[in-house]
Amino acid sequence: MAEALKVPTMAEYMAEGKKPEVLFWVGCAGSFDDRAKKITKAFVKLLHEAGVDFAVLGTEESCTGDPAKRAGNEFLFQMQAATNIEVLNGYEIEKVVTACPHCFNTIKNEYPALGGNYEVMHHTQFLKSLLTEGKLKVEGGKFKGKRITFHDPCYLGRANGEYEAPRDLLRKLEVELVEMRKCKSNGLCCGAGGGQMFKEPEPGNKDVNIERTEQAMEVKPEVIAAGCPFCNTMMTDGVKGKNKEDSVEVMDVAELIANAHDL
Amino acid sequence: MQIISQVLFLIALVVGIGFFIRNIRRLLRNIKLGKEVDRSDNKGERFAKMARIALGQSKMVKKPVSGFLHVIVYVGFIIINIEVLEIIIDGLFGTHRVLSFMGGFYNVLIASFEVLALLVLIGVIVFWIRRNILNIYRFLSRELKGWPKNDANYILYFEMVLMVLFLVMNATDYQLQLNGAPHYASEAGITGSFPISQFLLPIFEGMSNATLIIIERAAWWLHILGILFFLNYLYYSKHLHILLAFPNVYLSKLQPQGEMNNLQAVTDEVKLMMDPDADPFAAPAEEEEGAEPDKFGASDVFDLNQVQLLNSYTCTECGRCTAECPANQTGKKLSPRKIMMDTRDRLEEVGEIINTKGKYEDNGKQLLDDFILREELWACTTCNACVEACPVGIDPLSIILDMRRYLVMEESAAPNELAIAMTNIENNGAPWPYNQQDRLNWAKEN
Repeated sequence: MAEALKVPTMAEYMAEGKKPEVLFWVGCAGSFDDRAKKITKAFVKLLHEAGVDFAVLGTEESCTGDPAKRAGNEFLFQMQAATNIEVLNGYEIEKVVTACPHCFNTIKNEYPALGGNYEVMHHTQFLKSLLTEGKLKVEGGKFKGKRITFHDPCYLGRANGEYEAPRDLLRKLEVELVEMRKCKSNGLCCGAGGGQMFKEPEPGNKDVNIERTEQAMEVKPEVIAAGCPFCNTMMTDGVKGKNKEDSVEVMDVAELIANAHDL
Repeated sequence: MQIISQVLFLIALVVGIGFFIRNIRRLLRNIKLGKEVDRSDNKGERFAKMARIALGQSKMVKKPVSGFLHVIVYVGFIIINIEVLEIIIDGLFGTHRVLSFMGGFYNVLIASFEVLALLVLIGVIVFWIRRNILNIYRFLSRELKGWPKNDANYILYFEMVLMVLFLVMNATDYQLQLNGAPHYASEAGITGSFPISQFLLPIFEGMSNATLIIIERAAWWLHILGILFFLNYLYYSKHLHILLAFPNVYLSKLQPQGEMNNLQAVTDEVKLMMDPDADPFAAPAEEEEGAEPDKFGASDVFDLNQVQLLNSYTCTECGRCTAECPANQTGKKLSPRKIMMDTRDRLEEVGEIINTKGKYEDNGKQLLDDFILREELWACTTCNACVEACPVGIDPLSIILDMRRYLVMEESAAPNELAIAMTNIENNGAPWPYNQQDRLNWAKEN
């Protein structure tokens, strides 16, 4: 394939005495999870395409503390927050964009009271703003007319009231956007939140991601669009569990746009 | 005779309202067992939210069938209470339909009460059918077995009886007026308008005025005594929401649902740890010696805040939260409704000890384990579906989180895999065991 992606770090910017307009907060999943790394790269390609002046923290980034906080470890969360805020404030960061709704929620809502005040955007919101500003063109390409349903991430939707940005982007792709019976504020969780991603579920009669995948299958989509690396994993597993991986793809909104552009 | 009835009425009123005041005082005393929390901010926004959600029932109608029926019963309840005002004045002063001086408008009022009474009756019957005959998911949960199910049905029977009494009272009154009975009939013609109860007249045909008066008085007395009884039943039932929904919505969280509070005690400690000027060998400050250190999280009702305790009294056990809960839908033990019911049950148990002994004495129980199980707490995905679903602004998730905090920070009792993830975060800045120095490797991979 082509040469490696150009991903500038804050340290490099600092060395040159410059400041990027936005910090891309990659998150743990986006950095380490093989599936989520593809989302990260797709988003970076879009940032380059739109000519956005951005940087990442790279090895200076650390977990926001979201899973620790929701699991009850407030102490670890605040330790993580304090360290991250120190790094972010050290670089005088003003604007943060992230492809993970959990990082988004934590930095946007829980860091300010601890001394971290930034303008924080989810990548679908950021892409939409690039679109509005005319920096990014989103066209149907190979997804035109495809039947796509969007699974609302809890920490983007209910938690922060953002339902439209990802849908607006999908509409721009000229797809046939279909809604599950449980969507937007009534959306069903994928089962990963609150630390569940890292543990076995409690005894029950079904896994949450299977229930959600079944709801998605009801509308017979060709693609299940997601906006969260954890939802992506859960829905991908759900689709595999239903032996539908040949006919139904699970893709992040950023990947859909990047693929439509053949990036 | 008349004066005896007036005196008896006054006694009933004083006793009924007196007990109600006692109950409210106990309720407030119990809520104050919780920690103080400041919700005195953003008054305008809070009032607007209360007007929209509590007064305007905006979340109730998200489920159209039960929402619509509930609006009828709610409007009926509020408007028919104007009639109760008249009953109280008539009862105290021995008058007959004292508000009838309003003339034509009075007829409109009585007519609308009658129509509403019928609609409420129908609504309540449909509610009963939904609860007892139709297999509706949220009414089948295990936490509703026994008293909660009976409680719900008693309330419905009560409302049915009250509405029937109201219509019987009006029908017999109407018949007495038609018969020209003294005290009832007025020279000006018929007082009131009876679009619904007129259809009950055939039942009372041919009865003597004396019999009619007995029925009318009995219905009148039972109606008002029933209301006074109901007022006092509230405290022992799940029905307090008719009063508490308003303050509960007013005091509910205004921040984005995803925002969870940062514990100040932890912030202070983290600050101290990160402060390069802090003296690591410093002795604790004088006044702190012997003082119990702050407990992290909640294992009992005393550790919860007052709004969370108010939440538990406000819950009317409708189960919309549980029906939306991903854990509950997939057969896990967690039910957000049960979290609220357990909190209230434990709070009531503590209140009962205070009632009998004057203060709380440890009875060997607490909210954690004796009421709410760890398995329930760990099944939560923190998705906020329960919070979103609640029509009266209850936040079961905040209680789940506070109890998890206790389990993790006081007992180190997180499930093993979660403990490993947390250790990873602590050691290498990610929930998985990857080196922080490899965090940018993705950029070099193809």
